[in-house]
Amino acid sequence: MAVRLDKPWRRLDAEAVAALSGQLGVYQLSDNGAAVRAIVRVDARSLFGLRGELGRELAERGEGLFFRLEVNHQPRTRWLELMMVHRADHGCLPDWNPPEDGVGLGRLSPA
Amino acid sequence: MDLSLTDEQKLIVDQVRRFVREEIVPLEDGLDPDADSLPPEDHERLAGRVAEMGLYGLDIPPEFGGPDVDIVTRTLLAIEMSQHRAGLYAPCYNVFGGAGLAQMFEANDDQKQRFLFPMLRGEKKTFFGLTEPSGGSDPARAIQTRAVRDGDDWVVNGAKMFISGADRADFGLVFARTDPTKGRAGVTCFIVETDTPGFHVRRIVHTLRAARYATELQFEDMRVPHANVLGEVNGGFAIANDRVSRQRIPYAATCIGVAVKAQELAVEYAGIRETFGDKLAHRQGIQWMVVENEIDIRQALWITLAAADKARRGEPFRTDSALAKIVATEASGRVVDRAMQIHGGYGVTKDLPFERWYREMRIRRIGEGPNEVQRHIVARDLFGSSLR
Repeated sequence: MAVRLDKPWRRLDAEAVAALSGQLGVYQLSDNGAAVRAIVRVDARSLFGLRGELGRELAERGEGLFFRLEVNHQPRTRWLELMMVHRADHGCLPDWNPPEDGVGLGRLSPA
Repeated sequence: MDLSLTDEQKLIVDQVRRFVREEIVPLEDGLDPDADSLPPEDHERLAGRVAEMGLYGLDIPPEFGGPDVDIVTRTLLAIEMSQHRAGLYAPCYNVFGGAGLAQMFEANDDQKQRFLFPMLRGEKKTFFGLTEPSGGSDPARAIQTRAVRDGDDWVVNGAKMFISGADRADFGLVFARTDPTKGRAGVTCFIVETDTPGFHVRRIVHTLRAARYATELQFEDMRVPHANVLGEVNGGFAIANDRVSRQRIPYAATCIGVAVKAQELAVEYAGIRETFGDKLAHRQGIQWMVVENEIDIRQALWITLAAADKARRGEPFRTDSALAKIVATEASGRVVDRAMQIHGGYGVTKDLPFERWYREMRIRRIGEGPNEVQRHIVARDLFGSSLR
């Protein structure tokens, strides 16, 4: 499994959300289809999994965003890994992640 | 053999049982199903409560400020401390503190100042780097990480696999081959600081486990001072082996705690849930499952306590701890499986703790030496050293 989530970005709109599954996993958001602005985990407390959470993002942030996701039954550890990789690559967490997401985060130096 | 609890043991066990049920379990309602830590304010508050109980730093020897709990009592407490959702790999979310790396108590005075005491004060986090991509059950032969002496340093190259906590650690123990001609007598233990150039945590290794995830490490021309050799050069195997033997008893006990809780939930649910006009508890099929659970739990409990008692008396306990590890991990897996079955569809949801226990319990037959290796240890004891 690749350390980085580097699937193509998809436009976040109602049609895309409707086609999503309700599984657990992680997703990334971007406002330009290039830079990662947020890394989010979807765990078992989510009512409708990836579909529910990305639907919420669409409702709250509106259209014009991009997303990419990974269905993963261990969303927590995968989220931690993606956060650490982002910090290793960019020196900081994504803009839209709250500072508390970095509390206790470990260090990776991925190849 | 008298394994009845002393009055003091009863008191401490009851105290910890109430702590788990009144403080830890209610908090889990608000945590992620796979959480392995508490919010910092809750952790601080509960660690303070544990200190008031006189039980903080359970595994720290009394000469280093620990509470002087004998291994039988420690085993009983491990059974209590794991009776919650995260209990298998994050008992009480570590609010009882930890000893960190037990091997560090063997450090020299300089190393104690630089590493042991900051570790005991909670200022430095640690990891244990033994297993490699080439294997972990047979470290004498599997260790391929090489360390070569260069002046006052050792230059280390290689990789480690399934290493918990390395991404958050300040230092750890890394076992490397320092004499390729000597097998188990050619391995040395190094104290490695994680900010050393050439030290890399390459990725998280995602597994069934929700807590204390594993990582993969790589060392590229990593220079470690000779002053950071723990023990003797080429004496690392004994250090590694000692830890593995000691760990098996609490490892077994933690599994039993989860089994006890799973059984408690199964009995309670079977007394409530009705199918076809009668309670599950009145169905012989369910009764027998619950009885099988009880047999598994009691066998595992007595074998594990017997091993702990032998260790307490200072007698050799390697075979006994291997037996405890085998019986407790396998029996507890069966108990969780049956409890899940009794709960039906709810049993496999993340609303209840069984699915997490089921996943994480599976690892216990592999971790700390696979059960097949434990059987080999017992067989070697029965047949003698000719089995090597």
